[in-house]
Amino acid sequence: MSQAVLHQIFAGLATGGIYASLALALVMIYQATHLVNFAQGEMAMFCTYIAWSLLQTGMGYWPAFLLTVGFGFVLGVVIERVVIRPVERSSVLSVVVVFIGLLAILNSVAGWIYTYTIKPFPSPFPEALANPLMSPHELGSILVTLVVLVLLYAFFRFTPLGLAMRAAAQNPESSRLVGIRVGWMLALGWGLASAIGAVAGMMIAPVVYLDPNMMGGILLYAFAAALLGGIDNPGGAVLGGFIMGVLENLLGAFVIGNDLKLALALVLIVGVLVVRPSGLFGSVQVSRV
Amino acid sequence: MNRKLLAVLILLLVACVLPFVISNYRVFQLTLVLVYAIALLGLNMLTGYNGQISLGHGAFYAIGAYCAAILMDKWGVPYWATLPVAGAVCLVVGFLFGLPALRLEGLYLALATFALGVSMPQLLKYHAIEEWTGGVQGIVILKPDPPAFLAGLGLNQDRWLYFFSLGVALLMFVLGRNLLHGRIGRAVIAIRDNPTAAQAMGVNNALYKSLTFGVSAMYTGIAGALGAIAVQFVAPDSFGIFLSLVFLIGIVVGGLASISGAIYGAFFIQFVPNIADAVSKAAPWAIFGLFLIAFVYLLPAGIAGGVQMARARFMRASSQSEAGGAKQPVTAKEGVS
Repeated sequence: MSQAVLHQIFAGLATGGIYASLALALVMIYQATHLVNFAQGEMAMFCTYIAWSLLQTGMGYWPAFLLTVGFGFVLGVVIERVVIRPVERSSVLSVVVVFIGLLAILNSVAGWIYTYTIKPFPSPFPEALANPLMSPHELGSILVTLVVLVLLYAFFRFTPLGLAMRAAAQNPESSRLVGIRVGWMLALGWGLASAIGAVAGMMIAPVVYLDPNMMGGILLYAFAAALLGGIDNPGGAVLGGFIMGVLENLLGAFVIGNDLKLALALVLIVGVLVVRPSGLFGSVQVSRV
Repeated sequence: MNRKLLAVLILLLVACVLPFVISNYRVFQLTLVLVYAIALLGLNMLTGYNGQISLGHGAFYAIGAYCAAILMDKWGVPYWATLPVAGAVCLVVGFLFGLPALRLEGLYLALATFALGVSMPQLLKYHAIEEWTGGVQGIVILKPDPPAFLAGLGLNQDRWLYFFSLGVALLMFVLGRNLLHGRIGRAVIAIRDNPTAAQAMGVNNALYKSLTFGVSAMYTGIAGALGAIAVQFVAPDSFGIFLSLVFLIGIVVGGLASISGAIYGAFFIQFVPNIADAVSKAAPWAIFGLFLIAFVYLLPAGIAGGVQMARARFMRASSQSEAGGAKQPVTAKEGVS
């Protein structure tokens, strides 16, 4: 394979990792509530601005990173408790409308505080990571994505809290009977999803630069990734993210050009939904009439 | 004469006198209100009446706008002739998009249409069609003059366009009302409320759903064409995802599944940002977002629902006080019901 193709594949893996994280965040919320969070991208964007503010105070990158992840977690929990909970049981339309409201509010508050001027965002990865195939930031963001995935896997697989959260998502009634506080588990899920989004935001910001609308296209790719992998399968969503990243780069570089990338996501979303709505690894939904 | 018709006639009279007493800029704003009202009625047919969530109706508005602009700019088609063309194009595109959308319910349709709304500006900028669309630059079109046979009525370009839009809006609303209050409307609502039962009653769900999508897109497309003529300019970046979200806000605030709601919603999305812009560039969206969430919590039927509720309460109160002197016990019973 030629160097150019290889380079595109690795660059695709780097952005794919970011799509994968955001898709994972979407899947986490979907599993618990059967809702797709349209405000996920704007939540990530807002967290990234918080990180930027912290960096402006002269704080080191990694302390700011951790603080931002913590902020993202709290933001997610608060949004679930205050905004989402009252409409939890109402129609899909009401919930979608509330998500859109959140999207609008976060977007404009970020624009209000930080203005719509595009800002650069630093990459924390040293030049020592540079190699012939990938830039330091690309390699670094793949590593960060993998660390996040391993941590999440360990959390859900090996901790009692992780088990409780899985139980609450799978069977709320029975979980409640054995003493799991299902409402709080949902809020924790939102917190985790928002924290993952914050990581994704900080990883993508050096590439697309920081501005209130930076997540629009990325959220679209995360949707496509989650649908491709199966919206109720975390592993599938991650794989879908990497596939989307590589596909985007290869097709963008060699077939359709860079100015139709969003249309590619549109075609993929509609295509997956029509041809195989459960995605590659999702479970088929059967409803009884 | 029934009261509702009388109210509509009085409103129309006001609408006809108004442009002669306010500034040209205000007339232009009212023209846009009419344009938005048509678009909102279209979206309301789909989302409010048929229960198919669309977060991408800005895309159909854009297609309508570009149809009008390209026809006027490249082929010199008169402005009024572009509306049927824009409507027909959007009917076909909407119908075709509605076909795969048949398999998508609720959330998934929201996702697919959201993707359509987000990617629309990029599609419009695509270099292969730049020759027609003007690429990033867009197209500038000229504002139509009032027709010669109406000279002497004190019409200038803005007023004429306002009356033209008023006529189109009136036509679209009458058509829409007849469509929604008849047999077809009942089928459309039945599909929203219980698709299985509707199917069992002999409603062809697939056909009605994709047709609703088509007609809804047609309304929005005609609004887009009219909007392009009023604004005299089309460019890809004015048709982003936020335009689609504005329409959603319009129908939620105005009132879902309500014809008058489209008008309330149109006033809301036209004038609230103007007021809020005075505070900050970002304020309109913060206010939109807050209103959106507040309406879902507090007034799910929107302004139209609120007006209806207030009127029902007022009627009940007045009927009680009228009958109060004569038959006390009966009114008490009526009050309970």
